[in-house]
This record gives sequence, C-alpha cells and structure tokens, in this order.
Amino acid sequence: MIFLRNILRALVLLLGMASAALAGPYEESLPKFANDSYADTDAAIGAVAGSGNPLSIDVVEALRDGRLLVGSGQVFVRRASGELVNAATGQAWGNQTGELKPVRVNNRVRRAIEAALGSLTLLSSDAAKRLEAARAVFRSRDEAALPTLEKAIAQEGQPHVRNALESARAAILLSKQDALPAQRLAAIEILQARGDQEALALLSNLPSHATPEVIAAAGKATDGIQTRLAFWEAVQNVWYGISLGSVLLLAAIGLAITFGTMGVINMAHGEMVMLGAYTTFMVQEVIRIYFPGLFGASLLIALPLAFLVAGLVGVFIERTVIRFLYGRPLETLLATWGISLILQQGVRTIFGPTNREVGTPAWMSGALDIGAMSLTYNRIAIVVFAFAVFAILLLVLRYTSLGLYVRAVTQNRRMAGSMGIRTSRIDALAFGLGSGVAGIAGVALSQIDNVSPNLGQGYIIDSFMVVVFGGVGNLWGTLVGAMTLGVANKLLEPYAGAVLGKIALLIAIIVFIQRRPRGLFALKGRAVEA
Amino acid sequence: MALAAAALVSGATAGTAKAEETIKVGVLHSLSGTMDISETTLKDVMLMLVEEQNKKGGLLGKKLEAVVVDPASNWPLFAEKARELISQHKVSAVFGAWTSVSRKSVLPVLKELNSILFYPVQYEGEESERNVFYTGAAPNQQAIPAVDYLAKEEKVERWVLAGTDYVYPRTTNKILEAYLKSKGVKAEDIMISYTPFGHSDWQTVVADIKKFGSSGKKTAVVSTINGDANVPFYKELANQGVKATDIPVVAFSVGEEELAGIDTKPLVGHLAAWNYFQSVDTPENKAFIEKWKAYTKNPKRVSNDPMEAHVIGFNMWVKAVEKAGTTDPDKVIDAIVGIKVPNLTGGVSEMLPNHHITKPVLIGEIKEDGQFDTVWQTDDLVAGDAWSKHLEGSKDLIADWQTVKCGNYNTVTKKCGS
Repeated sequence: MIFLRNILRALVLLLGMASAALAGPYEESLPKFANDSYADTDAAIGAVAGSGNPLSIDVVEALRDGRLLVGSGQVFVRRASGELVNAATGQAWGNQTGELKPVRVNNRVRRAIEAALGSLTLLSSDAAKRLEAARAVFRSRDEAALPTLEKAIAQEGQPHVRNALESARAAILLSKQDALPAQRLAAIEILQARGDQEALALLSNLPSHATPEVIAAAGKATDGIQTRLAFWEAVQNVWYGISLGSVLLLAAIGLAITFGTMGVINMAHGEMVMLGAYTTFMVQEVIRIYFPGLFGASLLIALPLAFLVAGLVGVFIERTVIRFLYGRPLETLLATWGISLILQQGVRTIFGPTNREVGTPAWMSGALDIGAMSLTYNRIAIVVFAFAVFAILLLVLRYTSLGLYVRAVTQNRRMAGSMGIRTSRIDALAFGLGSGVAGIAGVALSQIDNVSPNLGQGYIIDSFMVVVFGGVGNLWGTLVGAMTLGVANKLLEPYAGAVLGKIALLIAIIVFIQRRPRGLFALKGRAVEA
Repeated sequence: MALAAAALVSGATAGTAKAEETIKVGVLHSLSGTMDISETTLKDVMLMLVEEQNKKGGLLGKKLEAVVVDPASNWPLFAEKARELISQHKVSAVFGAWTSVSRKSVLPVLKELNSILFYPVQYEGEESERNVFYTGAAPNQQAIPAVDYLAKEEKVERWVLAGTDYVYPRTTNKILEAYLKSKGVKAEDIMISYTPFGHSDWQTVVADIKKFGSSGKKTAVVSTINGDANVPFYKELANQGVKATDIPVVAFSVGEEELAGIDTKPLVGHLAAWNYFQSVDTPENKAFIEKWKAYTKNPKRVSNDPMEAHVIGFNMWVKAVEKAGTTDPDKVIDAIVGIKVPNLTGGVSEMLPNHHITKPVLIGEIKEDGQFDTVWQTDDLVAGDAWSKHLEGSKDLIADWQTVKCGNYNTVTKKCGS
C-alpha cells in the first residue's frame, strides 16, 4: 500500500515538474496564499482546483491539514515525512521550516477546501474518498463539478457511492438555472427517495421560474418527506429517552444496592462515580505516555480498575464509618455527606479544580444513520453497557453465594447471622459492590460529562429519585424507574423545553410518591417492616 | 493554594506588627465551590500585579498589600466578605466577583461603606453604579459585534440563541433578539432555547439545532451556555456531526480555561467573541504571558479575557491614585474617569464616565491546540454601553458620573432614576 502510494506520489511529482515549465492559472494563483487574507486564500483555492494541475490536490489537502507553508512569497507543501516540496515546481526543498508560516484558515476557507476537494477527488480510486467527495459536492452544489460528476456516475461500481453521486447531481440540477424540467423532475424523485432534512431544504428552495409541473412534484415530495421525518422524529425522541434512561440507570444502580437493599442513605454515592471517572482519566494518561497503541481499549482497561478503586474506597468507608451507624439514617446521611465533601476536596487538591480531558476512543466517535435519525456511537455503547451491567448485577444477586447472603442479610439479619453468615462481612462486601458499580458507571459517564470534582453532585439527586420512584429494594424497579423517567423527560422536552420539562417531571414524581410512597415496585412482606 | 495561604499569613502578621504603613487591596474571588475553576486564576493575577507594583516602588511611596478572602461561591458570603475587607482590613479598593449575582450582592455594602469594586467579567449590562468599575465587556462589546461578524462574513440568516437559564443569558438574548429584529431578521428565523445549570443531556437540543439549521438558510448558534454545561454540549455537537463549516457556534463564556478540559479537534472552527485572546501577537501580551508563566511556575498555564480586565483595572486604579495623590474613594472615583492605560492587544483603553471602558472586540476560531486564532477584530476600540440601545426600557437611559452624576439618567424626561 505504502509502496503504491509512493509510486503515485513520484508520478504526481514528475507530472508536476513537466507542467511547471508553462506558467498557467495554477502558478499565478499560488502567491495569493502568501497574502494572509482569507478572501485571497479562498480565491486561490478555486483557481488552483480549477487549474487541472496534478499538484492541486496535494496543495488543497496540505492547506486543510495546516501543512501548506508560506515564506518570502513562495509556497511549500510539507509532506507527512517532514520534507518540504515547492508547490510551484514540485521539487524537494529540504527539511527546515525556519522562516515559514502555515497558511491560516477560517470557516470560509474550510468550506472552499471541502468543495474543491469534493470536485477534485470525485474520480479517486478510493471508494471512501469518492463517497466523501460526493457528499461535499452535494453540500457545495458546485455547477462546475457536473461534467466530472456525470463521468463518475457512469463508471461507479459501488451502489452506495453511486447513490451519493446521484443525490449530488440531483442537488445541482434542482438549483441550476438552465436545467430542463425533465431533469428537475428526475432530481425531485431522487431527493424524495433520499428523504432527509437536506432534501427537504433543497426542495423548498426551488428556483422561482420552475414550471408548475415541477412545483407540484416538489410539493408532493415535500409532503411525503415531512410525514416520514415526523415519524422518525418520534422514534428519535424515544431513543433519546432510552439513552437518558440508561445514564440514569447507570448512575442509580449502585445506589439501588447500598440504599435499596442495605438501607444506607449514601450521599457519597456520586463521588464513587467521580472516582470511576478519574480512574479512567489516570488509565488514559498512562496509556498515552507508555502504550499509545492501546488507546482504543483504554475504557475496557479502566472498567475493572474503576470497579476496584471505587469498591475499595466503598469497603473502607463502610468499615470505618457506616458500620457504626446502621439503623440511624439521619447520622448516616450527615456522615456520608461529610465523606462526599472530603472526597471532592481531596480530588480537587490532587487533580486541581479544572476539568480533566478524557478522550473518546475512535470506535465510540461519530454516529450511525438509521432512517432519518442519527444514533451516536457513544450513546449506543452506553445503552448496551447499562443493560449489561444491570444483567450482570441481577445474575450476581440471584445466582452467586454472595448474592444469596446479601439477600438473606437484608431480609432478616438476625436469622442470617444464626445460620452462620458473617453479616458484618456481607455488609462490607455489599457496600463495596454497590460502590464498585458506581465506579464503572463513572467510566461510562466520563464519555459524556465533565470529569471534574463536581461530577458526582450532578447525579446524586437523580439517582435517589430513580431508586425511590422505582421502589426501594428492587433492581427491576430501578430499571423501570430509570427508563420511565428518561423517556418521559425526553418526550416532554421538545414541547416544554428543557427547564419546564424537568419541573413538570419533578411535580409528577412528587404526586406519584404521595400516592404510592413505596414506589413503582413495592417490596411486600416482613422485610419491609423490619 | 500556597500563594493564598502566604498572602493571608502576611496580611495577618502585617496587621499585628504594623512594621510599616501599607496600602491594602482587597481580592474577593471564590477559592472553593463551583466557581473556583474560574476565579482562582484571577486571585493569582491580582497577587502577581501587586508584587510587580511593589517591585516598581509601590504606590505613593508606600508598599501595596493584597488581602485575600474566600467567598466560597456563596453569594451572600460575598457581601459579608466585602464588609470584612472594607471595614476590618480597611482596603482602598476591591478587585473581585465573577457572576452577576455576586456583584449585585456586594453592591449595597460598597454603597454603604463607600468603597470601590473593579469587576472583571463580561456581563449583561443594564447597570452603572458610582462605586463599581466594569472592566469586562458590556453586550455591545461582545455579543453585538459577534452577531455582526456572523451576518457579514458567514452570511448567517437564521439564529439559534442558546443559553443557560439565568440573568446574563436572558438579558443578552433579549438584547440580541431586539437587535436582530431591527436588522430585518424574521421571528421564525430566531430560535431561543434555555437549559438548566449543569445541563448534561444535550441530545434533544442539538437535534433541534440540526433540524432548525437544515432549512437551506445559513444558520449559526449564539451560545451563552455557562460553565460546566459547555463540555457535554460541545461533545454532543461533535458526535452528532455538527461541523463549524455547516453550523458555527459562537460562544461568549468559553475561553482558554474552559477549553482545557475538552478534546478540541472536533471543535476546530467554532468561534468565541472576547476582548482578548492568549494567542494575540503583541509585545505587551508576550511580556505578560512570560511574567504570568514565571510567576505561577507553570509553563502550561493559560491566560484569558477576565485576567486582562484585571490588568487594565489595576493599572487604571494605580494611575488614578497617583493622579489624586490619595486612595480616598471619592477622589479616586473622580480622578479615574479619562485615565488611559495600554491593554494587552496593542490598544489603549480608557475609563469612560459611565464607568465602563473602551476595548477592542476580537472574534477567534478554536484551533486544534485549544487556543484561538483571531479571524476578525474591530478597527477601533469600542466604548462600553451601560444601557443597551436596542431594548425598549433602556434605550433612553445614559450613565454619566461626571456631568449628571447619575447611573440611569433618562434623556427624555431629564430625570435621574428613569
């Protein structure tokens, strides 16, 4: 691959040298890059891209990546290897970059680069590049790209790239002043099949002189697309709700054990989440310095470590503070609140008050397009992860001896003790388990929120709300509670706004708790009374 | 922390020993709680400025002494600590406050004890007090020029005004809405969205912005989203693929400090409007950054806009005291209007009769390294307006503490107090 690319580059260089002899629009426009004016750079991009010079792709790509350098009126391209190439002649220029400055770009220039690369790489041999180019041309609607576009469509073998190319052609034809009505009608059909927001925008901005036939067809297509989009929007809101619900589930599920089954009002629960997030940060720092290749797996490595760190801190807190306070909820509340402040200030002293940067691995960036909605990969990962954690926890409590002991102790402490279970050890382990689960929630939340000492505070209220709403002492209740709150919140938000939506939801919960103080899934039997 | 402790200790010992008479300067910035992320830096800047002035020989032949207190991001505590500074420590001027609510809580104390506050943060305007000097930007020094830039350079026709739900974004957006409408923008081309403090689930809002922005007209987001909520907002923008070339976001509360916690690569090209960027290439700024890094002993320490505001405010106060020959607040308040000091972006800022200052307006694009690249700036310095010209209730009001001696003089009814 690299070998081939080098050959290609050599060819490009040779061609460049051959054409350098005659000064054309390419050579004339190059010095404009040195003017340090966005308007001149913009104009130069257009001229370079339209010149047909084989070096033009290199120049525009270098500009995009900040590798196009200027100095004393001359323009250079810096290759990935660091060597400099004179953009006018294609000749190598040594390695020093002493007096050279990169050409500055702003959004206007970036748009011009995108459009230029779009039309330049339509015939690229790389399918991914062609797809990218087709999308760029769709956005720029550059009429000059039409002939190349036709050629690209004719020789395109891959259906999805061909589709994108045809949409790009349709976008150009629809807005082109002298397009024939038949061409416009065909374009409308393609855009209707595309059926997204961008197609809608194109259809609603028809040229004023379009024939009545075209206008009618566009109107019909618009109606069709709008119905489709309304449907997808409803689906999208439900998805957002599930995604918010799974964040709530992750934050609350550890609390469902410490508060739900053990009855400890643990105000330091949010700080366990924060410790998990900071563990992720530490893991990433170590990986960045010593094993850069492992970055994609950094979150997976952080999971067990976050569980251990938060779990051990949890066991420590239980052994040193909470075990003296069982059965005294008010004191527990105050003591754990104090612990939460100590942990926050501790982290603030060690890591500083500013946010820490936790990177997102490549496989979690970007979005998956389904129909007319886009699901971001990090949210998908969090939803899957939340359900996995829930399932594992359920299995642990149901089928392991630890789970059996925990259930026995929470149902009847004295009886369990009489049967030979060391209740105090089980208390510590259960508290450690709940804290550890909060820690791995922190790994997930580090992907969507600030990693700062205040991270936990944002989740503590919501967590208690979910557990109380779902029914204390019941994992299933926590699941249903989190999902109900998440979906209700996201269905309300588009209509009531984020602030009013949240208020409405809080009022609904207060009313609900008034009617059913034990939550959605109330535990029945002696355990509740004990 | 060590610096603060040292300053506190020196404050205490000087108080008891009375070795030599000093001029005291109060520093009223939160060193704990939610605002410490922003305010701690400003305390460090003040300590550096005082130390530097002392190296130059102090002021009026006396040494300066910084008295640092910690109002702990607790608004009522700001008033208490201000009272402590003024009546107990007898400071000659107070430099501090960040949020508008903390400034408002200090106001009655300042008036009652007749002292001076230098307030270094961009704010919503609609205020001018005799005892306060506003060295941060008023809306016409930040928001309005930013909108003008987007309309002119990016050809924006549709506007999303997104903010956190409290006084600064609400007032700023009210001003912007009136301004945009006066420029012929239709109501259906403006979308206003408020979110609670610390909002972390931006999926719906970003999807709404995407939908609003795909009508075929160029769309931009004007963000007054505050503090911690910015990080998840930008992360969601990046994940949903909203690029600066399609829908640029211009922010008024995101500076170098806030960007320190984000991976900025997906954000390249989004904008911020300030009166200062660390990347500004002037000899004054270079010298300042060098001193700052040496003073904090941290080569990675960033500088930002409110820091520059404190530098300007402090230098103005020093000059005014020298001019008046005393630190008496009444004399300094009279002397400081018209004082000119160089700012860090190559211009000379002047204190105006309405207690605001002249500043340049800079628009910067976020670069990959978390710094800003200045893509546009005003030719001249812009004078700060205490009262917005675009709001019904305030367009007839002016503030002038020299001639009419009033912070809200109505030019129509010719009365003070509107």
